[in-house]
Amino acid sequence: MVLDSGDTAFILICTALVMLMTPGVGLFYGGLVRRKNLISMFALSFVAFAVVSIQWVLFGYSLAFGPDIGGVIGGLDHAMLAGVGFDGDGIPDLLFMAFQMVFAAVTLAIITSAVAERIKLSSFIVFGFLWTTLVYDPLAHWIWGGGWASALGILDFAGGIVVHISAGWGALALALVIGKRAGFGQYGMEPHNIPMTLLGGALLWFGWFGFNAGSALAADGIAANALVVTNTAAAAGALAWMGASWINGKPSSIGMISGAIAGLGAITPAAGFVDPASAVIIGVVSGLICYYALLWRLSRNLDESLDAWAIHGVGGLWGTLALGIFAVAGIGGVAGVITGSPAQFGLQLIGAAAALGYAFAVTWICAKAVDLTLGLRVSEDEEYVGLDISQHGESINA
Amino acid sequence: MPETELKKIEAIIRPEKLQQVKLALAEADLFPMTVTEVRGRGAQKGICLQYRGKKMEVDLIPKVKIEMVIRNDDVPRAIGAIRAAARTGKFGDGRIFVLPVEQSANVRIADSVTEDG
Repeated sequence: MVLDSGDTAFILICTALVMLMTPGVGLFYGGLVRRKNLISMFALSFVAFAVVSIQWVLFGYSLAFGPDIGGVIGGLDHAMLAGVGFDGDGIPDLLFMAFQMVFAAVTLAIITSAVAERIKLSSFIVFGFLWTTLVYDPLAHWIWGGGWASALGILDFAGGIVVHISAGWGALALALVIGKRAGFGQYGMEPHNIPMTLLGGALLWFGWFGFNAGSALAADGIAANALVVTNTAAAAGALAWMGASWINGKPSSIGMISGAIAGLGAITPAAGFVDPASAVIIGVVSGLICYYALLWRLSRNLDESLDAWAIHGVGGLWGTLALGIFAVAGIGGVAGVITGSPAQFGLQLIGAAAALGYAFAVTWICAKAVDLTLGLRVSEDEEYVGLDISQHGESINA
Repeated sequence: MPETELKKIEAIIRPEKLQQVKLALAEADLFPMTVTEVRGRGAQKGICLQYRGKKMEVDLIPKVKIEMVIRNDDVPRAIGAIRAAARTGKFGDGRIFVLPVEQSANVRIADSVTEDG
């Protein structure tokens, strides 16, 4: 295989762009929690990045992209990155490994939504290691690593299933295991720093160009299409959520940036298969359904605290199905329902349902296992004082 | 010197109880207040977090201070409302101080040095 210097340069840059999304999640979530938990919330994203970076080199990459075993998992041939070298298909294998690593890391960061303001740091490290091994790596193998889903023809361009369904529905299971924050539903837990959340959201939007365009794995027209539909869906989602929340009151800036992320999550699986006009529809619908998912979550008094489920889980699910509706053969070689081919929609439905069920169930098991052995939660006093002091011995109050 | 008819309430409460205390005071028809975020400790010297072999003292805990100047007759109602809304029964619920007030003058209205402001 011949390396392409243009593609290699592009994916090197995209890897760095996607890396920036993990602290982006940290800032986004950090602004949404109470002041006593800001350091903890931001630090969880860094911890997620560090844990996955090591796990990926040790054996995570091999589990996801090693030689297929029964369609469900990769073999350990590439453990410690054995045989992952400078050669590759267009880009060095080593670079492909790094590009996939930053995806795995941001996925674990997204799931910290479920445990905000109450997780024991040591338990999160153990849970994170388990989760990325038992949930992320198999899913990545199913869809991208030559597993059963890719053999069937189920498509996920940049991670609607692997990243967003897995993190979103995993977060729901995790939130059910760890339980509500003390005082949830009894008094307000308003975001303490909205500009920080907006900055985090902006970094996510920015990094998403690397996430989706980079998933073309080449600096070509598909990458350009992915970049354009990504931006289009983000904008459409932002305006749709804003509009929907405007009807119920003031159009909040948090709603707007949440809508943008809903649009981004939804376009992710479809970015290499749909055109910009469809991206508008995908973004608008995502902004609306994610908004109503969030309202439903609140009405059920569910403390999936920072809405990874409502935004990533529901948006990623919608986008995975939307691929089967709006795909145009002239872009990614696959036709959807609108262009007369309902078969892909059926495949997408199977892929989404299997991933959703797997992510929910295995996350629940991982969380329960950690809870029963180490305890997921901090003590009541530690939670009251805040995780910044109790978990890190630090405080943003001078 | 006329006898003081006004009292100042200084209530130190849990920050998360502020909303409920405001509601309870409003229901008692008591509206004017000044609220400050403060940190402090009581007789328990803060909270001591226990770790395996290591202790960690958190000796100043975030609180909210509510200051109100009200008529003497309203003091029991104010204390009752604050206590009902802010009490959890655990250490750290806070304290309510009642102080005499000599004068209360309205900034907007000249010659308004009165007892009910």
